[in-house]
Formats: sequence, C-alpha cells, structure tokens
Amino acid sequence: MTATGGFAPKILVFSTHTISDPGIDLAGSSHLHYSPTVMVISLPCTSGIRPDWITYAIEQGFDGVFVATDGEECAFLPNCAELSSHIVSRAQEMLKEKGYEPRRVRMAAICSVCADPFVNHMAEFSAALADLGPSTEERAA
Amino acid sequence: MTAANGTAPGGAATTPGAGDNGKRRIGVYVCHCGGNISDYVDVDSVVKELEGDPEVIVAKTAMFTCSDATQQEIIQDIQEQGLDGIVVASCSPKLHTYTFRDVARRAGLSPFQYTQVNVREQCSWTHTDDKTGATEKAKRLVKAGVGRTRLTVPLEPIVVETVPKAVVIGGGVAGLRAALGLAGIGISAFLVEKEAQLGGWAAGFGEMYPYGKNGRAMVKDLEAKVRSNPDITVFTNAEVTGKAGSFGNYQVDVRVQPGGGKAPETITVNAGSIVVATGFAAYPVAEDELGYGLDGVITLPDFKKMLDGATGPLTYNGKPVKNIAYIYCVGSRQDPYEVEGGHEYCSRYCCTATVHASLEVAALGGHTHQYHLHRDVRTYGKYEKLYDESLNKGSVYLKVPDDEPPVVTRDQKSGRLLVTTKDVLAERAEIEIPADLVVLVTAMVPRENEELTKALKLPIGKSGFFNEIHPKLRPVETVVDGVYICGTCQQPMNSAEAVASGLAAVTQSASILKRGFAELDPLVAMVDQSLCTWCGACDEVCPYGAPQEIEVTGADGAVKKVATIDKTACKGCGGCIPVCPVNAIDLEGYTDAQIRAMIDGMLAEPGLPGCVTQEVIG
Ligand SMILES: Cc1cc2nc3c(=O)[nH]c(=O)nc-3n(C[C@H](O)[C@H](O)[C@H](O)COP(=O)(O)OP(=O)(O)OC[C@H]3O[C@@H](n4cnc5c(N)ncnc54)[C@H](O)[C@@H]3O)c2cc1C
Ligand code: SF4
Ligand code: SF4
Ligand code: SF4
Repeated sequence: MTATGGFAPKILVFSTHTISDPGIDLAGSSHLHYSPTVMVISLPCTSGIRPDWITYAIEQGFDGVFVATDGEECAFLPNCAELSSHIVSRAQEMLKEKGYEPRRVRMAAICSVCADPFVNHMAEFSAALADLGPSTEERAA
Repeated sequence: MTAANGTAPGGAATTPGAGDNGKRRIGVYVCHCGGNISDYVDVDSVVKELEGDPEVIVAKTAMFTCSDATQQEIIQDIQEQGLDGIVVASCSPKLHTYTFRDVARRAGLSPFQYTQVNVREQCSWTHTDDKTGATEKAKRLVKAGVGRTRLTVPLEPIVVETVPKAVVIGGGVAGLRAALGLAGIGISAFLVEKEAQLGGWAAGFGEMYPYGKNGRAMVKDLEAKVRSNPDITVFTNAEVTGKAGSFGNYQVDVRVQPGGGKAPETITVNAGSIVVATGFAAYPVAEDELGYGLDGVITLPDFKKMLDGATGPLTYNGKPVKNIAYIYCVGSRQDPYEVEGGHEYCSRYCCTATVHASLEVAALGGHTHQYHLHRDVRTYGKYEKLYDESLNKGSVYLKVPDDEPPVVTRDQKSGRLLVTTKDVLAERAEIEIPADLVVLVTAMVPRENEELTKALKLPIGKSGFFNEIHPKLRPVETVVDGVYICGTCQQPMNSAEAVASGLAAVTQSASILKRGFAELDPLVAMVDQSLCTWCGACDEVCPYGAPQEIEVTGADGAVKKVATIDKTACKGCGGCIPVCPVNAIDLEGYTDAQIRAMIDGMLAEPGLPGCVTQEVIG
C-alpha cells in the first residue's frame, strides 16, 4: 500500500551484479522515479534463478516478478538469454498450474546504462499488475 | 583453507559460526550517507524496526559508515559483542562490498558473513518523491539483508598454489613485449607463435607512426632480446590446442609443427597464467566493394608495402602516381541495418596510419595530390600533429556522407580511376576525383581462432574480439581466471597501445604468480550428493567444465556416481542450479534458503519481525 492508499503492486526484480543492477542503480543516481514497492535481488546471472523462487515470491505476496537479464552481454554463459527465457516460461507454467496469471512474470534485457528503459518497464508493469489486481486475491479466487 | 574439490553443501541447518545457543549475533549499520540517504529515509525508524529480532544484537545508524571511524566501531562491535554477521545498509554494493568485507576480515570474521543492502541508489535517491514509501522500502530491504545474513556460513577464499610460469600466445609486438616483461620479473615465459616468424604485423612494416620508427627493426630488436633470454622458450609454427588443470597451475598443450614433412608433436607445459596476444586480421574487402578488383584499387596494408619498398617518387604500373584518393573507414563504423553482422566499431589505428602514409608519400617527392575521403579524422591525442603536418604538405581532406559511400569506376576515356562522392561540408556538392591509385583504408577485424577459443574457453564480445571482464576496471582479465588478453585480439589498437596492454597482462600475471598462491571467491556452486543422480544436466549447461563425475559410497554401502564441482573452475554464475532436476545444487552466498529468506524479509510488513512471513490480504 502506498501513502495515497491506492493499490501499488509489489514487484520483485531479479537483476545481475555486473550489468542490469548497475542500470537500476543509474536510475537512482539520475533521480528517476519508480514505485517504492519495487524491490531488487541482485544475482551473478539470471540463468541461475530457480523458477520456484519466482512462484514462491508470488505466493508469499509479491504481485509480479521482473527478470532483468543481460541479454547478449552476459559474461558467463553464451546462451544466457535462452536459458533465462526458459526459466521464465517454466515459472509461468508453474504459476498457471497454481491458479495465478502467468503475466505476473516478465523478462527484459536491461544493460548497465538502461536507466530510462528500466523505469519505463516498471511503470508499464505496475500498470499491468494493477489491472490484474493483487496476487493474494487471485489465489483466494 | 578450503580444498580445491569440496562438495559438501554449506548447509544452513547447523549454522556454523552461530552463537552458543545456536542463535546468530548480527550487527546492522544503517548509513545516513551525510543526508543522501537520511534526507529521504527515516534511518532511525529503520533501526527501530529491528528491535524485536532476537538475533540482531547491534543496530545503529552512522553518518558515514564507510568512514575510518565507523569501520573501527564495527570492528570493535564484532569483537566485543561476538558478532557473527554484519549488514550494512548504505550505497550500492558496487562501491563498498570490498570495503566491508575487509572490515569483517580485520575483525576476524569471515568476509562472506557480511551483506550489503542498497538503500541509496535503489531507495533514497530514486524515491525522493515519496519519503514514507522510501522508509518502508528501506525497512523491507534491511530485513531481507538480515534474513540472508542469518544463513551465511563462514566461508574463506579458495586458496590455490600458483606456478611462476606463463604461456604467451602470439608473438606480435604485444606478445613479444609481454614475454620480456614476464621474464624480467622472474616469471618464465613460453612464447607460442603460429607462424614461422615472430613479430606479427609490425614485422612487415617500414616506418611507423608516431616517431617514424622502423617496424622491422623494432621487431628484430625485440626478437633478439627474447631469443637470448634464458627465461623465455620460443615455439614457432606452434599452436595451443588444449588446457587442463586449474587456475594457477594449468597444463597447456602446444602442438609444434617441426617442418620438413615431419609429423606435428605435442608438448605439454605447466603454467600459472596464460596471456593471449593473437592479434587482428585485416578486413577482407569484397570483390566490387568500392571498386575493389579494378586495377589500382588497393588496401592500406598493400599500399603500406608499396610505400615501404619505394625509394623515389611513387609509380604504379611504371607510371608516376599523380593523384591518390584514400577512402576511410572501409569495413569499420558500419551501419548494422545496412550491413548484416557489420563492424560498428571504429578501428582506431587507421586514420593516423593513413595520415602518416600520406606524409611518407610527400617525403618521397613527386608532388602527388592526395585526397582523403574521410567520415571524421580521428587522429586523437598527440597524433593530431601528424594531421596538421599533412595539411601543411598539401593533403586535401573531404568529409563524405556516412550513408553514401564514394563510388569508384574506371573512366573509359582517360583510362584513369574516377572517384565520385559528395562533400558534406559544401552542402553535399558532388565531386569527381580522377585518381591513379585508390587506397581503401581497411578495418582491423577479429582473427579466425576457433581452436584456441575452444581450448581456452575464451569469451567473445559482440564485435567478435575477445572480451575482458570490465573495459575500465579490469581491462585485461577474462572471466577465465588466470587467462588474460592483450593487444589487438581484444580490440583495435595501435602498436603502442598493444604493448601497453601486454604489459598490463604482465602485471596481472605477476600479482597472482609472484606470491605463490592466489585467492578465489568461494561463492561457487555446491552439490548435495545425497540427492544427485549424475544425470549430467549441470555438466551440459556449464561452459567451464566445473561439474565433474565422481563415485561415492553411500550410507548403504552402495557406490553411486554423483557430480562434484571443481571450485577453481566454477565461476559462480548459478547456471547449473535451475537445470538440476532434483534441486541438488546451491550457490554459496545465494542459496535457495537465502533467496527465500530475502523474499520473506521484503514481504514482512513493517512492524513485524523479518523472519516471520505474513499473509498479506488485499
Ligand atoms: C596497414 C597498417 C599500418 C599500421 N601502421 C601502424 C603504425 O604506423 N603505428 C602503429 O603504432 N601501429 C600501426 N598499425 C597497427 C599495428 O600493426 C598493431 O597495433 C600491432 O601490430 C598489433 O600487435 P599485436 O601483437 O596485437 O598483433 P599482431 O601483430 O597481429 O600479432 C599477433 C601474432 O599472434 C600470432 N597468432 C595468431 N593466432 C595465433 C594462435 N592461435 N597461436 C599462436 N599464435 C597466433 C600471429 O601469427 C601474430 O604473429 C598498423 C596496422 C596496419 C594494418
Ligand atoms: S580510425 Fe578513422 S578510418 Fe579508422 S575506422 Fe576510425 S574513423 Fe574510420
Ligand atoms: S544436474 Fe543435479 S542431479 Fe544432475 S548431475 Fe548435476 S547435480 Fe546431479
Ligand atoms: S555455477 Fe556456473 S560455472 Fe559453476 S558449475 Fe554451475 S554453471 Fe558451471
């Protein structure tokens, strides 16, 4: 809930230490705004995300999960983009099985200077999740 | 110290390092950052939020946590209060992770029992419009950090012994200079060159910019020093075909072609580091591209040969060369929408090399008219003086459109070449230049080196050159520990820059090889062997060959095959974790339990302790 009382979707972002997290930092250093209900866990690489972390986050009360990948820039794995999108699809399938909207999970490439694109993604994703309503209600339904 | 091949998961259940009663003793420091944070986040209420947590022993704010005084205070708290984990909520982890890891180390705590929480870049600075929201978020983030720290184990860096020897691959100027640099500080070098001759491109050049030094002479001098140095072993007609062992102690296979029809021989050398200096290739101009194929249309490398061989005014096919047109940026700065897989980068050396060539032409006499059809003249730094000089010597510079390359044809009447282009600085007026020679200023492109790339698992960047970890902060290191890149195999450079980066690779090698041991981050993958069935999925996804098959005897006495992770080969990317069908793999520092604890912490409603997950309705 925000100070204004409207529904502010809680979004968990998975970022990467060397590429997308610096991009998200740059949004902050540039004093660009996104909702404070967006929270970030930074990992070495998005290919290391377990799909059940995504479903766990939604089941515990996050309204959406955003995977900020390195796209083609990943220094670890040549097929990182493919592996990461596979993880996201699996998480979406698992969510569907549990009765959640698969659109609660999104993925996009965020580079180390992608401050504006990140903020735009958060605005769009927040709006889309606001339309879906809180994840907790979905589960109850 | 940790063994190289560990397998036991740092299971959270026993929580090594925990206080006597099994409970953790955590210290939390929330930073004002002089106001950068506390102007938007109520830091006192963040500290207050932790009051109910029995495992948070110390929670305070600090004006500048990174200051020497506060670092001392943290050390004192760790020692006096027996803290076994610390959380610093301040700026981005990119800035101070190493600062606070070091604080932990100085206090006798494992550096990996510290968590950095980003409440500046990802909180106060981005939510300057919402102080209530920023404060609530800071509380959640700090609880996530405490949740993660609760599950930390006292890891230590992985210590590996290093062999004071290095393999240098490629005997161009970068590799030659690197081999000499290594030998100079007592590290034996094996120099592996694919060709019969040492020297690479520079061995074929006469006068080179900036000081007119002769390339051949420079290489001869370097080669004499290399050949006479007892600490350098030179292999020519040789290539690296394989690498085994691990960081600090590699076994490198070198295939040597003895010549005279004899079969190649493979020699294995032992080395602590590998310096890759395999250089560049010249852009292969396509038939018809810019008139290539017409008599008199040549590339810059061919023109350079012609110049180096000339003793008087230039002639071509026996006729004096009166007009030369240079077409710049051939194969460089390509528009990716126009040329599929094109080279978007600037080749860096070529503006100056061309300007320098035009000075050589002028010095030969013969009053040749020289037209430089450029897109921008990038004679950066001190090379600008060469540009000034060439203007003084009569060179004419024309800026041609980026989107419309010049057209080269043969004028049927005069039999001369004709270059048609537009002058951007004269409202795109059409210009025709009759020429006796058209020089295509060709790009530096990555050299084909598939076998080597595979053998060393070298990362390749978007432009096709080998990729460093970080262009500014770690310019010669690759993600493969102990494997460095330098010179033009990394990106376009002139010879001075190639040599400088070769010496940077020497310094990096020295920093790990001179101490006799090196430390690796222990944040690597680990396998729970009771769950593993050796399905091989982790091995398949890992490009570093870190998961390995071993046999273990289970509690029931049965022998089974399982995976173990070679800790010195693992990069800690986590790519193997989601592919394991039985969830047997965890990444130290980011275990399944830690990620879930962070999610719980982020969702704990303010006012409630972070370890309890609250059902949030509505
Ligand atoms: C026409 C032209 C003019 C130039 N003029 C100048 C100038 O005036 N001044 C200046 O500073 N720079 C100039 N340069 C740039 C200069 O040539 C380069 O900066 C320099 O040669 C780069 O050296 P290097 O050692 O990185 O690469 P290279 O010279 O390419 O050497 C690489 C070596 O590695 C070997 N090799 C490749 N693959 C393998 C393998 N798998 N195993 C073993 N060995 C391998 C190659 O055979 C070669 O000997 C010019 C370049 C060109 C093309
Ligand atoms: S150095 Fe000059 S000629 Fe070479 S690519 Fe860059 S701008 Fe073009
Ligand atoms: S993927 Fe899992 S089960 Fe398969 S070999 Fe690796 S650790 Fe064992
Ligand atoms: S974490 Fe990455 S480098 Fe390590 S074993 Fe798994 S896939 Fe390989």
